[in-house]
Amino acid sequence: MANKTAVQATINGEDVEFLCEPHQSLLEVLRDVLRLTGTKEGCNNGNCGACNVILDGVLVNSCLVLGVEAQGKRITTIEGIAPPHGLHPLQQKFLEHAALQCGICTPGFIISAKALLDHKPHPSEHEVRHWLAGNLCRCTGYDKIVRAVLDAADVMAVEVSK
Amino acid sequence: METPVAEQAKATEVSVEERHYNIIGTRPIRHDGADKVTGKALYGADVRLNGMLYGKVLRSPHAHARILSIDVSRALALPGVKAVVTSADLATLDSVVSRVGEGAVNWRYLSNNILASDKVLYHGHAVAAVAATSLNAANEALNLIDVQYEPLPCVITAVQAMRPGAPILLQELRTNELGARGEIPTNIASHDQNMRGDLERGFAEAAVIVEREFTTGIVHQGYIEPHTATAVWGTDDQITIWTSTQGAHDARRQVAEVLQLPVSRIKVIPMEIGGGFGGKTVIYLEPVAALLSWKSGNRPVQVTMSRFEVFAGTGPTSSSVIKVKMGSASDGRITAAQVTMAYAAGAFPGSPVGGAMSVILNAYRMENVQIDGYDVVTNTPRVAAYRAPGGTNAAFASESVIDELACKLGIDPLEMRRINGAKEGDRRVDGPLIRRIGYLETVEKARASAHYQSPLPAPSTPGLKVGRGVASGWWGNWPGGTSSVSVIVNNDGTVNLIEGSTDIGGSRVAMAMQLAETLGLQAADIKPMVVDTDSVGYNDVTAGSRTTYSTGIAVHKAGLSIIQQMRERAAQLWDVESASVDYADGVISSKDNHIGFKELARKVGDGDGNVVASISISPNGDGVALATHIVDVEVDEETGKVQILRYTAVQDVGTAIHPAYVEGQIQGGAAQGIGWALNEEYVYDQQGRLLNGSLLDYSIPTALDLPMIEAVIVEVPNPTHPFGVRGVGEVPIVPPAGAVANAIANATGVRMTVLPMSPQHVLEALWTQGNERV
Ligand code: FES
Ligand code: FES
Repeated sequence: MANKTAVQATINGEDVEFLCEPHQSLLEVLRDVLRLTGTKEGCNNGNCGACNVILDGVLVNSCLVLGVEAQGKRITTIEGIAPPHGLHPLQQKFLEHAALQCGICTPGFIISAKALLDHKPHPSEHEVRHWLAGNLCRCTGYDKIVRAVLDAADVMAVEVSK
Repeated sequence: METPVAEQAKATEVSVEERHYNIIGTRPIRHDGADKVTGKALYGADVRLNGMLYGKVLRSPHAHARILSIDVSRALALPGVKAVVTSADLATLDSVVSRVGEGAVNWRYLSNNILASDKVLYHGHAVAAVAATSLNAANEALNLIDVQYEPLPCVITAVQAMRPGAPILLQELRTNELGARGEIPTNIASHDQNMRGDLERGFAEAAVIVEREFTTGIVHQGYIEPHTATAVWGTDDQITIWTSTQGAHDARRQVAEVLQLPVSRIKVIPMEIGGGFGGKTVIYLEPVAALLSWKSGNRPVQVTMSRFEVFAGTGPTSSSVIKVKMGSASDGRITAAQVTMAYAAGAFPGSPVGGAMSVILNAYRMENVQIDGYDVVTNTPRVAAYRAPGGTNAAFASESVIDELACKLGIDPLEMRRINGAKEGDRRVDGPLIRRIGYLETVEKARASAHYQSPLPAPSTPGLKVGRGVASGWWGNWPGGTSSVSVIVNNDGTVNLIEGSTDIGGSRVAMAMQLAETLGLQAADIKPMVVDTDSVGYNDVTAGSRTTYSTGIAVHKAGLSIIQQMRERAAQLWDVESASVDYADGVISSKDNHIGFKELARKVGDGDGNVVASISISPNGDGVALATHIVDVEVDEETGKVQILRYTAVQDVGTAIHPAYVEGQIQGGAAQGIGWALNEEYVYDQQGRLLNGSLLDYSIPTALDLPMIEAVIVEVPNPTHPFGVRGVGEVPIVPPAGAVANAIANATGVRMTVLPMSPQHVLEALWTQGNERV
């Protein structure tokens, strides 16, 4: 059995320290070591986006990042984007638009969409589709997901201008 | 799947007049939504138990081979490995067929699919499994299991498997030839036939005849959540299983049969499920996890598939070859149709050819018909249901031919469907009379749609070809099975709704809305919950588009019982006859008194006996679903690439309980159908090894591949449901492949007869048919 490495990172605003084996992915660490199971596994090889998290401001497939690479990094997962006692506008709009059916892809989509809106607050429909092309959903046909993201962008723009 | 062909009697006809609803038709936020958008909802693979071991499954590298020996000793010796299982740990089951879910299961075959016994029958067939203290150790242990194989020649398609002299998969298999048992070993499990009228006369009356042969590849349901099961075999010999399943009770039944235990020894706890589309109605891992738990000294064991295992080891749907010959009079009336179809079942009998036989022509009035269907075993994974099983391939064939007839006759393709479309009182090709359906309404609505009325868009780049196609689809649904619910009135006036129907796409809210409508409450007053197999009566799978229909009927009945009890409670309170107490819109009243539901619930309190109701029903109803789709495509004749420009899906949904989730079903089904039409297909090498078992190589549609999908809801209430519901989930996957093929023909003049219509296949068709373009 491989030796474990101690890793310090900031996850959802909290400083955490965890032990992980060198081969373990960040996804495994989040789900099995830290028990943050909101981040999902659909393929474990970078093809579905269900495991997406934001790492130092960059959207990544956590199944393609090693746990040890998280050393000193800031990580945002689906568990960390809502304000206390509330929902992030993307979460709210996903609910209002019925943009989830089974919901297994939803954390990944919301995280990806957040990364998009962080960079580009007013995306076009095409830009949303292009950005979200790394996230697979088998249930919805994407229609309501794209609408929810566009609507959330509008709401967030209004909030910013207030 | 289809309702039994025989009589569909006994269903209660309810009169559904044009009604105004308070809750039905609104779009409340689903009860389980907040947990799902915040990552709190627990799916199968999110289960974490103390001392839990990780299981992994060893799978066959061969498509067809005899297992000579399995040596697990080196694996067992690896540190961290706690247990290994093979088929030697399973009893040999009798070859008996039972109804399970919406289909039939041969228990011996199910067991042999879970762990191969004497032979492996496909690349990816499970052979052994290990449990270890870490995933890493479990994976390492798989490499240490020594299996000796004697490879055998394989057959991948139905056509290969049906050839004389083809390698035989199952030595004991004999053809069920129209009810008679064949004598020689074969790969053809059955041959069925539906016929009516006089084919020869029908074709003689035809002004135009079109005859084509279509082939379609294997496609996978492609749910994003891989199969997973966690099991504890307790020291008291009670087994608890946490899993993602479309039906917890059916999973329990299957595990019980495979392990030869009474169902009462097994509790299945349904976790949230990350998609199923029919593929999670059968079990793969559950008995394996349970046996590993037992062998490892009662420790919890979790087994989760990799994506490759999902592709290689779980039910895709059938590949097929379908011949259609159809004739039409010059006025567009179809005079005769003859269909021969062979569906590949994978390793064990049970393709959805039966469903396909009814889909293929049932939307039309047909006097002279013959349909022959063959169920054929092949060295590919045992197929599982996939949304309207068998329907997409079938409609691809028939809708292409009908379109070609219309083209040849110069008749608008929707007019062609109007001329021939089935309606109430017509007889289905497979027997029963048709009740109230909204097929012609979907055709009319499609014709009147902004999409159909608008001119074709200009090509995005000069030289590309654009075209429009339409196709319709029929699906019988499964308005039967058993549904059980319990309802509890809380003393604050809210109501718990306890159900056994897995919620895959928003059914909790649809059930809550039907109860709220019945009781005159708000959807938010109802607390719907899906519970384990010990905690609610038997409930059939969430499949066959049955849940909102069948469980909805149970919910309505339970609501009526609650109403009756609330009237009695009020009567006691007011000291009047309960017959004099009325209930309307959540208010209970008699001559001089009235009281709201919540206030009465508070008054009744907990002390005088709770107001509760438990209902179990088996509706055996009816609820055929029909849809008509329109698509605009752009074809690049240089590369063969087809892009979807615009898509409209019109569907008769009976009554839309929660329109947003109904639209979602329509959009999602259409998207899956588009993927099937354009990209998706299993690719095998000569030795029958699956070459594209990853989401990258298999390639399902992304957000960038699709436009918005306009869902147009038509409501022709179903007379056998109190609110007029029809199942909506399956039929939207039926028309897309046909619609896209017809659009490609419209754009290029070339008829596609192969699925998927991938660049390679489109180019091949352009090159071979280029000079006979129409
Ligand atoms: S699980 Fe990481 S991309 Fe699919
Ligand atoms: S909602 Fe099921 S995969 Fe997206």
